Amino acid sequence: MSLLEVRDLHVWFDLSDGGQLHAVQGLSFDVDTGERIGLVGESGCGKTTTVLAILGLLPPSASVAGDVRFEGESILSGGEETVQSRRWKDIAMVFQGAMNALNPVKTVEAQIIEPMELHGTAEGAAARKIAGELLEMVGIPAVAGSRYPHEFSGGMRQRAALAMALACGPKVLLADEPTTALDVMVQAQILQVLTGLARDLGLALVLVTHDLPVVAQVCERAAVMYAGEIVEVGAMEELFHAPCHPYTRLLFAATPDLYGEEDVASIPGAPPRLDREIVGCPFRERCDRAFDRCGRERPGLLPLGDGRAAACHLNDEPVDAGFRSR
Amino acid sequence: MAMRPDSGEGIAGALEAAPRGSGHRSWLWQVISESRQAKVGLAVLLAFVAIAILAPWIEPFDVHTRVGPVYAPPSRAHPLGLDDGGIDMVSLLIQGGRISLIVGFAATLVAMVIGGGIGIVAGYFGGWVEVVLMRITDYFLVIPDLPLAIIVAAVWGASLTHLIFVIALLLWTTTARIVRAQVKSVRERVYVERARSLGASNARIIFRHVLPQIGPLLIANTVLTVAVAIFDETALAFLGLGDPTRITWGNIIEFAFLRTAISSGAWWAVIPPGLCVALVIMGCFWLGQAIEDALNPRLKVSYLSPRVFRLRPLPITEARPR
Amino acid sequence: MSGARTDLERAGAASSDEAPLLEVRDLVARYPVRRGIVGALTRAPRRFVRAVDGVSFSLRAGEMLALVGESGCGKTTTAHTILRLVDPVSGAIALDGRDITRLSQRRLQPLRRRMQMIYQDPYESLDPRFRVRQAIEEPMLIHGVGGNRSGRRWRIAEALARVELTPPEMYVERFPHELSGGQRQRVAIAASLVLDPDLLVADEPVSMLDVSVRAGVLKLLDRLRGVGTLGVLMITHDLSTAAHFANRIAVMYLGRIVEEGPAREVIRNPQHPYTKALLSVVPKRDPRDRSNPEILTGEPPNPTDVPPGCRFHPRCPVAQDRCRTIDPELRPAGSSGHRAACVLVGH
Repeated sequence: MSLLEVRDLHVWFDLSDGGQLHAVQGLSFDVDTGERIGLVGESGCGKTTTVLAILGLLPPSASVAGDVRFEGESILSGGEETVQSRRWKDIAMVFQGAMNALNPVKTVEAQIIEPMELHGTAEGAAARKIAGELLEMVGIPAVAGSRYPHEFSGGMRQRAALAMALACGPKVLLADEPTTALDVMVQAQILQVLTGLARDLGLALVLVTHDLPVVAQVCERAAVMYAGEIVEVGAMEELFHAPCHPYTRLLFAATPDLYGEEDVASIPGAPPRLDREIVGCPFRERCDRAFDRCGRERPGLLPLGDGRAAACHLNDEPVDAGFRSR
Repeated sequence: MAMRPDSGEGIAGALEAAPRGSGHRSWLWQVISESRQAKVGLAVLLAFVAIAILAPWIEPFDVHTRVGPVYAPPSRAHPLGLDDGGIDMVSLLIQGGRISLIVGFAATLVAMVIGGGIGIVAGYFGGWVEVVLMRITDYFLVIPDLPLAIIVAAVWGASLTHLIFVIALLLWTTTARIVRAQVKSVRERVYVERARSLGASNARIIFRHVLPQIGPLLIANTVLTVAVAIFDETALAFLGLGDPTRITWGNIIEFAFLRTAISSGAWWAVIPPGLCVALVIMGCFWLGQAIEDALNPRLKVSYLSPRVFRLRPLPITEARPR
Repeated sequence: MSGARTDLERAGAASSDEAPLLEVRDLVARYPVRRGIVGALTRAPRRFVRAVDGVSFSLRAGEMLALVGESGCGKTTTAHTILRLVDPVSGAIALDGRDITRLSQRRLQPLRRRMQMIYQDPYESLDPRFRVRQAIEEPMLIHGVGGNRSGRRWRIAEALARVELTPPEMYVERFPHELSGGQRQRVAIAASLVLDPDLLVADEPVSMLDVSVRAGVLKLLDRLRGVGTLGVLMITHDLSTAAHFANRIAVMYLGRIVEEGPAREVIRNPQHPYTKALLSVVPKRDPRDRSNPEILTGEPPNPTDVPPGCRFHPRCPVAQDRCRTIDPELRPAGSSGHRAACVLVGH
């Protein structure tokens, strides 16, 4: 049993024209204690929706199916009641705009203490002590806690948001594009803090981002998402050196590397519309290896051993011998 | 530096039912067709406008001819009775609506031109131009309405043109302030900056990029201003500051009031014109409010609110290899 | 067309003998800081954001120069000043040898045709009410080029073909919201190309786009540059992109260029300690390549309060005593055409 298990998660959004957008289409993954896993994909692939669904933070137009289990206990089946007791206490979240979502009229310390008091994990002096420790942990001097968010730089505010997420001692931290609006130098600082926290606190980290190199540097494992589903999951090194799904390979090839000499190529075409039923492989129109079966049959996520899995017909076709070399 | 190539906005964006800009007409039409309030408001307004236009053909009696006794109660021939001069009330209302609407629309037009112009110039150019124009606006904003109207009526005489002028003078300030705020935000948009870097003239940027963008707001504001203008006209006419030679709803109420309609129990001389004014104002308000609501994204549901998603059973899985 | 060009090709573009397309010398641009009522009453000295503080570089036709740096380093203000959207305090900007620093906006108007800007956010930089056809036609109407209606129509189709939006008929009547991010950025580029500019200033042209389409837009810029008549100044925060697509890289810190040279040289053989630190924190694609990032401490630079001496010394890992007083100039370092502003280089 893993710490956090997502099983066959589906999310639909009602559209104003009466249609439905199938944003997440049967997602399953596990997160173990202390593990750092990346959820990678382009805009609209459903990665943020997945995170919001795990925390029960979807808008009224959304409907959810499937299961999310924390320590073996289902947390979505009971609706808001069961999610609410887990949110922030067991599973916390930092999102991209977190640094701009701090309350400007409350001190940073007060904002870290607030969730502790709400969930009854600590109060008064004890809570203040924890807040100070958390700030130190994310690299802000504890005395700075009495200051207001506007006195902090963007990077410091993002760290403060991180400290806030950790206030109730969660076991899982969902970080949605935590460094996207930040400069490389500040990004490096935040990523260092995140990695350190996962190591020192045994925190499971789910890093959601579009930025492959960031995942490559931080995470051990990653799940690549496309059109609402996971198309490949496995150890980061294997994804990079021997991808089993053409999308993974092409996505790496589309990402320029500082010292890379090879050609950087974009992937032609655009992701399929999610408000219609997808027939066949969702990636087939952009794929350079598509064949007739891809148009008929939608590939499922096929386990390939060693915790790897990919949703591509090439993996059970005999022709796949030359495929894995990049 | 705002880098957000991806934050799930693809989904959020797709959900937003926000009207996307493919011309105002279709946008406005969408607002009207989606809101019952807007439809009712538009219907009321159109009805009054139609009656005003068709007045010479549909009024049952001449408004200058006495057709019966003073304050004759409603009867089959005269459903709303007669006024203090023995003139048919229905005909008076139809005629009065004509002038009231003309005053309302004309005053609004003048207010929109002045207010919109000043708002656009102040918001677009900024700097000292803005300071000077907005200071002038502030002065006009604090002029007490009634004394100004009394002075204009006393000095220049009470005529229709002066009435329109006074009402416009009282109303343009709000428009100027709203428009200025909106223009200030539009002029910061990247596509406006891009047009400037292309070498486009200010006039071109204002007419091709800024004005179309604030169009919907201007329309909403116009509709709401018409309501206020008609209300003002009625109020000023009731106080005897209107043009006494014309028939307007305000004048009808004023004359009825002066000539003891209330003490003689002739409610039909006072209440129907009052109701007409109220209806037109309500119509404008409904329509304007509906457009304004559609413009204001804050009224939409927030994204990160808990307790709202629905659970549903898993879909019957298509035969997928697991 | 490959992102990784040979050294010879790169050098070839940079070493032609013609006068540079764009020459910028000692450019300074400032924004006043609001003093507030108390400040104004007490006559506090006026303070300025020294956004651009002595920037010099040149750009040749057929060359792509990447101006790299963190947010607040003044790279976007530099671009705006070159296009005269911001007025410089001092310094000189020359386009094709002609000084445009003090030209009035009226005299500048015909020159605007020759320098075009591409903005970061294609979702914002196209008027949502304009069809693709209108967006591309507008620059021609402003500058009175393209002849009559059918002449303009032809040029619209040609511009769309140049940015690889083919067949053009499929796109001309669409609105921006009916296009993907990459397509919108291509439309924005097409709207610049119809005027046949000599200089293209691209401000973070791909940072808002999805990873899978970025390379396409960058390659397009690369191809346009490769024709030889167009110079591209690309503003970016992304060193990996600059390394792949630019001929030369200039690294900015706190309003000044601290290192400049051929792209490959700057990336592989950085001379300035800031460039070294910046390169070390760029995440690599290969998970095995987890280098030890050299994370700079201290607050990000504040351009209202530029430190005396070398502006980088408070955060510099190798700062010496003399760095507090000496404000180093760009000096030759490493191979030819490579310069850095640090007391430790160029002996």
